[in-house]
Amino acid sequence: MSHPASASRYFVPQPSHWPLVGSIALLLLATGAVLLMNSVANGGLVLTGGFVVLAVMLFGWFGRVIGESEGQRYNLQVDRSFRWAMGWFIFSEVMFFVAFFGALFYIRVLAIPDLASPEQAALWEGFQDSWPSAGPGASDPFSKMHAWGIPAVNTLLLLTSGATLTWAHWGLIAEKRTQLIIGLLLTIALGVVFLCFQVYEYGEAYAHMNLKMTTGVYGSTFYMLTGFHGFHVTLGVTMLTVILLRVLKGHFTAERHFAFEGVAWYWHFVDVVWLGLFIVIYWL
Amino acid sequence: MQATSHTGYAGHHDHDSHGHPTGWKRWVTTTNHKDIGSMYLWFSFVMFLVGGAMSLIIRAELFTPGLQYVSPEFYNQMLTLHALIMVFGAIMPAFVGFANWMIPMMIGASDMAFARMNNWSFWLLPPAAILLTASIFVPGGAAGTGWTLYPPLSIQMGMGMDMAIFAVHILGMSSIMGSINIVTTILNMRTPGMTLMKMPLFCWTWLVTAFLLIASMPILAGAVTMLLTDRHFGTSFFSAAGGGDPVLFQHIFWFFGHPEVYIIALPAFGVVSHVIPAFSRKPLFGYVSMVYAIAAIGLISFFVWAHHMYVTGIPLTGQLYFMYATMLIAVPTGVKVFNWVTTMWRGSLTFETPMLFALGFLVLFTIGGLTGLVLAMTAVDIQLQDTYYVVAHFHYVMVAGALFSAYAGLYFWLPKWTGHMYNETLGKWHFWLSMIFFNIAFFPQHFLGLAGMPRRIPDYAQQFADFNVISGIGAFGFGFSQLLVLVVVFQAVKGGARAASRPWDGAHGLEWTVPSPAPYHTFEDPPHFDQAEAHG
Repeated sequence: MSHPASASRYFVPQPSHWPLVGSIALLLLATGAVLLMNSVANGGLVLTGGFVVLAVMLFGWFGRVIGESEGQRYNLQVDRSFRWAMGWFIFSEVMFFVAFFGALFYIRVLAIPDLASPEQAALWEGFQDSWPSAGPGASDPFSKMHAWGIPAVNTLLLLTSGATLTWAHWGLIAEKRTQLIIGLLLTIALGVVFLCFQVYEYGEAYAHMNLKMTTGVYGSTFYMLTGFHGFHVTLGVTMLTVILLRVLKGHFTAERHFAFEGVAWYWHFVDVVWLGLFIVIYWL
Repeated sequence: MQATSHTGYAGHHDHDSHGHPTGWKRWVTTTNHKDIGSMYLWFSFVMFLVGGAMSLIIRAELFTPGLQYVSPEFYNQMLTLHALIMVFGAIMPAFVGFANWMIPMMIGASDMAFARMNNWSFWLLPPAAILLTASIFVPGGAAGTGWTLYPPLSIQMGMGMDMAIFAVHILGMSSIMGSINIVTTILNMRTPGMTLMKMPLFCWTWLVTAFLLIASMPILAGAVTMLLTDRHFGTSFFSAAGGGDPVLFQHIFWFFGHPEVYIIALPAFGVVSHVIPAFSRKPLFGYVSMVYAIAAIGLISFFVWAHHMYVTGIPLTGQLYFMYATMLIAVPTGVKVFNWVTTMWRGSLTFETPMLFALGFLVLFTIGGLTGLVLAMTAVDIQLQDTYYVVAHFHYVMVAGALFSAYAGLYFWLPKWTGHMYNETLGKWHFWLSMIFFNIAFFPQHFLGLAGMPRRIPDYAQQFADFNVISGIGAFGFGFSQLLVLVVVFQAVKGGARAASRPWDGAHGLEWTVPSPAPYHTFEDPPHFDQAEAHG
């Protein structure tokens, strides 16, 4: 029953305290958020503590993984595991967005027309089926966010960033480090400009358009979907920055660079979600 | 032998469990699937006792009509926490514990694909449990909405609701990470020669379950996130005045909630599919049809959610569609029941405790499935919605289904885990007490529901009194019978007759080719896959 002691001998990491640190961080974050939202003392302090512990955990844990990777501890089987896992992780993120997109579709296709239907006339007299709508109880006028201003520019920025990232990837495969670094820098810059525009857009919406989170379902869905997406762009930019720093330290080879590819998958996913947002939130 | 003790590879650096920490540090830092599996199982048992104590408070209050022990508000909190803790704290972690222990051993892997993240998946559970249980003591008390957290009530609750929301977020993270780990392990870590269609059925059930979790837990996270922003940031997702709709929450919740039912049921099917062939001394009948049935159940579970919502005013065509789609699930489920029964047909049957629990599962789960078919019929459900008939139905599926199956698995694999045979007499007592008291507790609830007794109400009309007394006696009897399993496990951990590597002569699968107790690291190298061990 002997078997060849092959190159695919399993990798099992050493015992680690980072999972426990991560759990403590999340307990602090949840407790802090509960206290803060209910205006109980020290909520902000606990929340900040949670973020600090989380940051320490992320540095420590990812530092460990990067060290193991650079120490040639990962064989091809581990590489395949990372690929499967990143794919499923992105799928779970897609489903998270599905919940919010589903809410938007339900509200536009079912809830608003139903509130404007004759059966509801006794409750909500004179309410018209239209979009955008802040609902029958709203009295404050607000303006719609138009697609062909900043949102269109943002679409162009993200699509371009997808191209620059692929160009950087080509550089990595062809061992052209300068192309790789410039491509990553461009991608990060485009992502940061996108986020700046998004913040400016929110500022405009609050200051001049009276479009707020409290502006009925239009405000709710607008800020939930774009905000959740913006949070993902922030994560993506952070991950790309880590990759850039690793490139500058000389990490990755033309054959082995799944960290780069995983982040690229994530970035393209964020990109595609934006296209959906652009169409159903801003355009239609 | 491939099953080597780890000392055989002391010089090999990729396995660094040698000299792993001892004492409490071993458990908080571990990257070993067996340690983590044990922690999951112990955690789920503790939560089972906590959730069980809450159900006994409920049954004590319902023992006689009128209000006697607790306020209606506290009663609502107890029934909410009982459900959340039993679903997310007891049943799901129990089967994740089985997955951790058994999947690497069944497929011939050294460990889970991501051993460190595996530990985080477990250690996220205690913070969530702390948030849920501590919420009883904050101003306004715990969430009292029922586990479904429907608005507008959940919008009006106090800060205990926020704690429940964040607990759900953390539990979701744990489930998603655990599921990604399981999917990756099954797809990437099987020993050479073990094709997917030769894989043990327990692994198949977990592959589909993990897919369901990855697809549905983020939906729940989205739903509770919208609750949170409606509560604190002025959004109007679930408020008609702002153009939203409380029924929207029900749609999103049940789009998660119905797959969740199969997330609990499928691993239970997996365990039973190992136990029944072993004690029938026959291979599982219809392995391929079992695999397709699992996949079909998993797939259809995403398209039946509104059968929980017949009375919310959904259109007639919607009611008809959801009724037929729901009934469709009975087909693959029927295939499974047929195959289990046929496996026993002309088998050389013996009735040790695992087999007893598997048979208890088979009979009672089938009853629960049939009452589910009754409830799927729109015209009938409109009468039975929110009555005790529903309570009886899902306890037959969850307790006699999932829990009995978990016990079958526990007694089946306990010799492999501890190296000792458990006390068969106590095990049989445990089964028969559970079986009898379970039915005393829950069978009368069918009659209560048919007679119109509503669920989630601490008081009831006089005519329901007798059946509630019977149900209460059954609940207390069932609850205290469960302490027996603690005795059995402690005895087996401490000592007892040595277990052979294959203590059940009819059992197949790679886990039975290694010594009992299984060495700390089971397979240092991919083992040879003997076709005789195929299909588990």
